Amino acid sequence: MNDIHRMTPPLISAEAISRSYLKGQHKVPVLRGAGLSAHRGEFVSVIGQSGSGKSTLLHVMGLLDSPDVGEVRLEGNRIDNLSAAARDQLRNHVFGFIFQFYHLLPELSLLENVMAPLMIRHSIIDFWRKRKATRDAALEMLEQVGLSHRVHHRPSELSGGEMQRGAIARALIGKPEILLADEPTGNLDAETGRDIMELLNRLNQEQQLTIVMVTHDEAIAAQAHRTVRLQQGQIQRVLHEEAA
Amino acid sequence: MYKLLLCLRYLRTRYIALACIVSVMLGVATMIVVNSVMAGFSTEMRDRLHNFLADIVIESRGTAGIPNVDEQLRRVQECAGQYIAAMTPSIEVPGMVTFTDPYSRESYTLPIEIHGIDPEGKAAVGPLKDYLDSYNAIVEDGVVVRPALRSSDVPLGWELTPQGQEHYELVQERKRMFLDEASQSGAFPPVMDRTTESIPDDPVFDSVDATESGDTLDAPGDPGTVLTDATGDKDAAAEQSPEMMFEDYKLPVGSTASEPARIYIGEGLVSFFVKNQQTGRQQKVMMVEPGDDVIVSTITAQTPPEVTKFQATVVDSFHSGMSEIDSRIVLMNIKALQQNRGMHLDDAITSIHIRLKDYADAEKALAALEQAFPPGQVTIRTWEEKQGLLLSAVEVETAILNVLLFLIIAVAGFGILAIFYMIVVEKTRDIGILKSLGASSSGVMSIFLSYGLALGVVGSSAGVMLGLLFVHYINEIEDLLSWLTGRKVFDEKIYYFFEIPTSISPWMVISVALGAIAIAVLASILPARRAAALHPVRALRFE
Ligand SMILES: Nc1ncnc2c1ncn2[C@@H]1O[C@H](COP(=O)(O)OP(=O)(O)OP(=O)(O)O)[C@@H](O)[C@H]1O
Ligand SMILES: [Mg+2]
Repeated sequence: MNDIHRMTPPLISAEAISRSYLKGQHKVPVLRGAGLSAHRGEFVSVIGQSGSGKSTLLHVMGLLDSPDVGEVRLEGNRIDNLSAAARDQLRNHVFGFIFQFYHLLPELSLLENVMAPLMIRHSIIDFWRKRKATRDAALEMLEQVGLSHRVHHRPSELSGGEMQRGAIARALIGKPEILLADEPTGNLDAETGRDIMELLNRLNQEQQLTIVMVTHDEAIAAQAHRTVRLQQGQIQRVLHEEAA
Repeated sequence: MYKLLLCLRYLRTRYIALACIVSVMLGVATMIVVNSVMAGFSTEMRDRLHNFLADIVIESRGTAGIPNVDEQLRRVQECAGQYIAAMTPSIEVPGMVTFTDPYSRESYTLPIEIHGIDPEGKAAVGPLKDYLDSYNAIVEDGVVVRPALRSSDVPLGWELTPQGQEHYELVQERKRMFLDEASQSGAFPPVMDRTTESIPDDPVFDSVDATESGDTLDAPGDPGTVLTDATGDKDAAAEQSPEMMFEDYKLPVGSTASEPARIYIGEGLVSFFVKNQQTGRQQKVMMVEPGDDVIVSTITAQTPPEVTKFQATVVDSFHSGMSEIDSRIVLMNIKALQQNRGMHLDDAITSIHIRLKDYADAEKALAALEQAFPPGQVTIRTWEEKQGLLLSAVEVETAILNVLLFLIIAVAGFGILAIFYMIVVEKTRDIGILKSLGASSSGVMSIFLSYGLALGVVGSSAGVMLGLLFVHYINEIEDLLSWLTGRKVFDEKIYYFFEIPTSISPWMVISVALGAIAIAVLASILPARRAAALHPVRALRFE
């Protein structure tokens, strides 16, 4: 790992996260003191068995879930104990999510789906004032992911790869600092998966986007700067590291 | 922004929402229609009651009345003259009327209220001419079956119309013949009446067609034909003595009045409806008509009162449109009633009807009158107070109906609740997505609240339009329904209205619409809160 990174606090860090779920009467621990951090511009991948808690870790880092024990820090500042409104703001401004199952809103067209984070960010009046700029930004984003010809389609009219690229466009439109990707290639064939990875790599390289990606495919994980394994609720070992 | 967009999208893509809109719409429309019709009926009823009663009624406590009518009128004029447009004295006593139905030849005695009036005076406080049959055409199902017998500029009075006069003479003639014959032979006299004419053919009889009644004059001469004609009747009749049977033809004993008693009889007392086999129309059949004599019984003014009865000639029948009035009241010339009750000695009356220049002054006039009359002697009330029971009954009825109808909208509300809950469950994952994109809980909640509001607004406006259209075309709809079902849905003979009266109050429409919208929003609160409370991760994992 780069020396510069060791001096400044990481952009995002999850420290000693414990999270357990209640299954009936039993408390089932999923995360037991897992820690993970990513510096600005870093591309980290997390691998682990199914059910090992990868998604849970990602949700905690992205403030969708809160840890039982442990802290989440953004540039050294604790963020997991902020008010609901502040966390909503952070989700909207700082994080971009990509899900395994794309999770586009079925009632909206692809363009509207991509604009959704900005619609949420702005009030009606603001949005109306900026609608042209927002629209252009969304179109440009779709252009970047190669979907310019599918702008007005509904998600149900798109292929899996197209939906995932749409989801990436949606995650990026708000200019987030951190992209949290939960098995972005999990449901795609190898070819399309490669396309998506190429896109992520390009974003990481060209825009210095910080990416934390969960996957269970070691070959895909290997494309990141750094890969960690989640096992028995803890980050077990660093599988590979390459100099940035 | 996303709230509005999603709300609109959900509205457009969820056809189930249409069910909510339709149920709200139907609820609102029903409420508007029912309220308008109820309001129409009640306004119409109030008008009719009001017209018959004048604005303020001063009544004596006892049936003996208050003496010196002129003195009383002067007193009223002095204390409240500035408010008064017209007033008229009247005598109101309970009584009975006895008449014979010409068809069944049964004798009826019915309880009535006798109002001794001066027709011109009565007309000054209310529209009497509009009620009297001789001044109005008889219309059946929109067809004029008899034109008005008197034009409206003929002054009111106790005179018979020429047709009535003719009938009167015919009756007198028969009476004489019967009495002669009965005294000569003692034999049972032939039944001579309108009975030989077939009832179904022409129940509206004699007075309409004077020549026809002229023909019947020949019948009594030939008892044979009549008896064979009415054999069934003969047996029944034979059991009665002639005196009993024709009692009402005898002059009552002891009538001291110099003024002949003349009455306008309430139509409901002496009429019934039959369906004309040929035309299929409901026809009103009068058992008593102008020129006939009836016996009126009442009580005298002395204490204790004695029963007095006298013969009175029916001059006209009246129809105010309120069955309460038409089947209970007999209007009589006040002088004759005074004499028959022994009130003429001190020129007593029992009540004074007052029409005000402006009904808004009723309270002031009432206060002034109460000053002038010693308490305990008279009751002074506005017509509303006098009819309080009936009016409040209608109000209570309307209120109950409204509560019931609002329950209908509440049912629609529960429909919305259920459907929204379904939509929230269906949209759980989308809610998780929105939250992962940074939507706040209140934002998610407002999606569903505005969804409810939109349903309410759309449903209400559609309901208002439907309701108003329905009210506007209610008579056409009634005709259509009558035509479809083959029977009259709204029978004017029963309700006294030729058209269904309606009255739309904008306030009512607005409050019904707002109420429905409020219910729709209320019903969406629970599902909206549920949506807002969803945990983002659990929502995302939801399958
Ligand atoms: N809301 C919940 N209630 C109960 N248990 C849960 C809940 N969410 C997750 N779990 C459990 O936590 C464990 C970890 O789940 P998680 O989704 O993080 O695994 P994962 O590593 O992402 O698996 P996969 O690779 O299949 O996506 C699983 O055993 C799951 O059953
Ligand atoms: Mg997972």
